[in-house]
Amino acid sequence: MQLSTKHLLGIKDLTREDISLILSTATQFKEVLQRSVKKVPSLRDVTIVNLFYENSTRTRISFELAEKRLGADTINFSASASSVSKGETLLDTVNNILSMKVDMVVMRHSASGAPHFLAKHIPAAIINAGDGINEHPTQALLDALSIQEKLGSLEGKKVVLVGDIMHSRVALSNIYLLKKMGAEVMVAGPPTLIPKYIQEALDVKVEYSIKKALEWCDVANVLRIQLERQNQVLFSSLREYNLAYGVSKKLLDSLKKEIVIMHPGPINRGVEIDSDVADSNQSLILQQVENGVAVRMAALYLLAGNKTNG
Amino acid sequence: MKTILDKQQLHLTILRLAHQLLENNLSFKDVVFIGIQPRGVQVGAKLMDCIQQLCPIEKIQYGILDITFYRDDVRDELHVANTTDISFSIEDKKVILIDDVLYTGRTIRAALDALQDFGRAKKVELCVLVDRRFNRELPIQPDYCGKAIDSIISQKVKVEWDKEAVVLY
Repeated sequence: MQLSTKHLLGIKDLTREDISLILSTATQFKEVLQRSVKKVPSLRDVTIVNLFYENSTRTRISFELAEKRLGADTINFSASASSVSKGETLLDTVNNILSMKVDMVVMRHSASGAPHFLAKHIPAAIINAGDGINEHPTQALLDALSIQEKLGSLEGKKVVLVGDIMHSRVALSNIYLLKKMGAEVMVAGPPTLIPKYIQEALDVKVEYSIKKALEWCDVANVLRIQLERQNQVLFSSLREYNLAYGVSKKLLDSLKKEIVIMHPGPINRGVEIDSDVADSNQSLILQQVENGVAVRMAALYLLAGNKTNG
Repeated sequence: MKTILDKQQLHLTILRLAHQLLENNLSFKDVVFIGIQPRGVQVGAKLMDCIQQLCPIEKIQYGILDITFYRDDVRDELHVANTTDISFSIEDKKVILIDDVLYTGRTIRAALDALQDFGRAKKVELCVLVDRRFNRELPIQPDYCGKAIDSIISQKVKVEWDKEAVVLY
């Protein structure tokens, strides 16, 4: 049993079996993380570089912890403190790092497709830790694990992705994954933040009323408003966005049922989600972060053990 | 194909192992049993049933251990991980590892590594149903052995629980 791909570039390339294998392996790693010694020696002969061309807190720490708990050697690289500022190209940087005998690359980049480009040119296995507005596969996997733990399975569950669908790589990865695992997916938000032909292209429901969307769903995954990627005015103000599309306690109380609230972080408190909702018992936000380490351990373990790596 | 242990022999062998375990451990207060995933778990469960029947008042501690993440061939061959469930402390306890077939010894090596992460056992012993004597790759020997057999590398030994027999292919 092994993954069908050599790299983890996106959920788009994975099969349903791949996703199940990663999630079941992650469950076993979760047990490892409950032990007093939270470490296994599986990847002790593997060296991994964390290549972060874009800022990150959770993903970066989570990957680094996952690598260390698998016994791998790690090197951290952030673009701002490197020769990238002197004008070195991505491929040159990576080839220089790989010539120091590095086996795997975990990469985040602001350009969509950057890891796919790299995969064509280097022999090492690559894990995409977020590329521009394209995909963030490990986030979708940890979201799936969190839903699965809470609701038992993904099959037939109704999940709504709320907010900035247009600029969110988390949204795209989640849509691919949830569809592959048999869940129903809806996107909700202001029309300016939802791609025009998403319904036809990805076979998801579209809803412009947050109340109706929440009435429909079992799980609401609230996404961050990605101000850094918006280069034009897509809504008038953060306050107005909050009033029209923010998930508030009042809104949740008006529903006839209790739904599960998720958020990939970092949270803009009081914009897409209110503090009392984010910190409530309905919210899985901290469980998501906890599952992140286990899911990333599973992805790293399965890719390192993949024979096609040569 | 050759049957090493048939249904009756298998039953008797497990009964004998249970008696031997009882003989060497007058009380199970400081003894814990750990079955190794995936196939040692079934042997373990049968043994536990037997022991429990022989002394119904004893509280037996039994856990299961998966050694996938401790293998020395992770990069050569990918194995699917199984559940580990050890709900007690092994600190200062006598641990008896249980597996179905002892062959190269590499699984037990990995299990010993894994055990370290759960605490410092006072003593570790090994109980196996079948010992393939001449194929060891590491200096590991069983303390309790159901049946020792001589086999060559190309042969396979399998415990078939549905037919309740041990066969050599």
